[in-house]
Amino acid sequence: MLKVGVLALQGSVSEHIDMLSGINNVLPVKVKTIEQINEVDALILPGGESTTMGKLLVAFNLLDSLKKRIIDGMPVWGTCAGMILLSNKLLPKTHTHLAVMDICVRRNAYGSQAASFETTAIIPSISSDPIPLTFIRAPYIESVGKQVEILCRVDNNIVAARENNMLATSFHPEVTNNDSVHRYFVGMIENII
Amino acid sequence: MGNRFKLNKNLAQMFKGGVIMDVVNAEEAKIAEEAGAIAVMALERVPSDIRRDGGVARMSDPKMIKEIIEAVSIPVMAKVRIGHIVEAQVIQSLGVDFIDESEVLTPADEMYHIEKRQFDIPFVCGAKNLGEALRRIAEGASMMRTKGEAGTGNVVEAVRHMRTINSEMRKLQSAPKEELMTYAKEMMAPFDLVEYVAKHGKLPVVNFAAGGIATPADAALMMQLGCDGVFVGSGIFKSNNPAKRAKAIVKAVTFHNDPKIIAEVSEGLGEAMRGIEISKVETEFAKRGW
Repeated sequence: MLKVGVLALQGSVSEHIDMLSGINNVLPVKVKTIEQINEVDALILPGGESTTMGKLLVAFNLLDSLKKRIIDGMPVWGTCAGMILLSNKLLPKTHTHLAVMDICVRRNAYGSQAASFETTAIIPSISSDPIPLTFIRAPYIESVGKQVEILCRVDNNIVAARENNMLATSFHPEVTNNDSVHRYFVGMIENII
Repeated sequence: MGNRFKLNKNLAQMFKGGVIMDVVNAEEAKIAEEAGAIAVMALERVPSDIRRDGGVARMSDPKMIKEIIEAVSIPVMAKVRIGHIVEAQVIQSLGVDFIDESEVLTPADEMYHIEKRQFDIPFVCGAKNLGEALRRIAEGASMMRTKGEAGTGNVVEAVRHMRTINSEMRKLQSAPKEELMTYAKEMMAPFDLVEYVAKHGKLPVVNFAAGGIATPADAALMMQLGCDGVFVGSGIFKSNNPAKRAKAIVKAVTFHNDPKIIAEVSEGLGEAMRGIEISKVETEFAKRGW
């Protein structure tokens, strides 16, 4: 049984837990302490507010332990705010959080809620069928480092990428009824650990 | 409309487990963001000042709202009067992320709430009971909150509203199907939404606590009662150390089941807003709207 954590400081936590519950051989757990972080095989950083989650990671001394686990190879997936937490460069320029993934992320890249949108795309490494992509006040990736594989672009902007044990998506698979990306992440975990 | 409503409900989902703070200028908005608020609510006066000063409370100055949007990267909400279609159009045109059709402002229409499905951006509305919540959702609200009694610093009404909604949801969940239409009639709620609640045991949108929350323990109480997050109005900027209290409330919401953390963050916060007993309240905001 794979123990897959969802960082439960704030945001779309129960949505990720529900998606993971439908996958065989996965035990989804909410995590918000160092002990819990150290017990999981992999971790999802959910959607929500990156500034809020970033501050709580610091206030409760979770940042360093989490960063260490990711650097040591724990599989991690950030959706939207989670992608911002992973990124090592943010635009407009502001301080980074975990800074473990070599991607430059533009926060709130599409504008206010009126610009939030839904589309579909085929992401070959994830699924041969089109999957729904939901963007909510979303960021996108402006540029990536050499080790980073670009998984998906929408309107020429990078919206999904992978660097070894790290996966980042601008969109929110957890609010759709399609679990392809969750299954891809579980596959990633199985290959890594 | 279908697509917008879904995207708007999704934004509210991203707020879960967070605190939304009332602010009256860009400076307060920055303090709120720095404290870890997931969004700020722009308004002209906090509810306790509206109570004290009286008069008609309206939508805020667009200039102030624009300054707040400029000042922070987190979502910005703004209040409009119940039924004031044009205030809502104006707020939407400013690039605000979420509209609160709020009983805290003086209602513009005593009969009709805004038809919220006409708008691209989401609305949050207050409710005292399940029927009221389902009526607002049917009008297109993407998020609900308890009405509580804003500006009192007294959590008792928010507790009453949340407990009422919970107990009405439990009643629907355990009712045989043939009784649901009668419940829909009694609570004046659309049948399809009554059926939804009977099946799922929860509202189809995110539900926050609001109205009278003044301390970290108040916020954690509302979370333990099943709210998805918390609005704090006068409670923060009417206390004597807003930044510290705001941070403490954010932490208490995330760790609402951990009394040790709530104790720790409640230490030395200074004086909370003074607060008033509900029986001494002259205008009950919660009675506005239906």
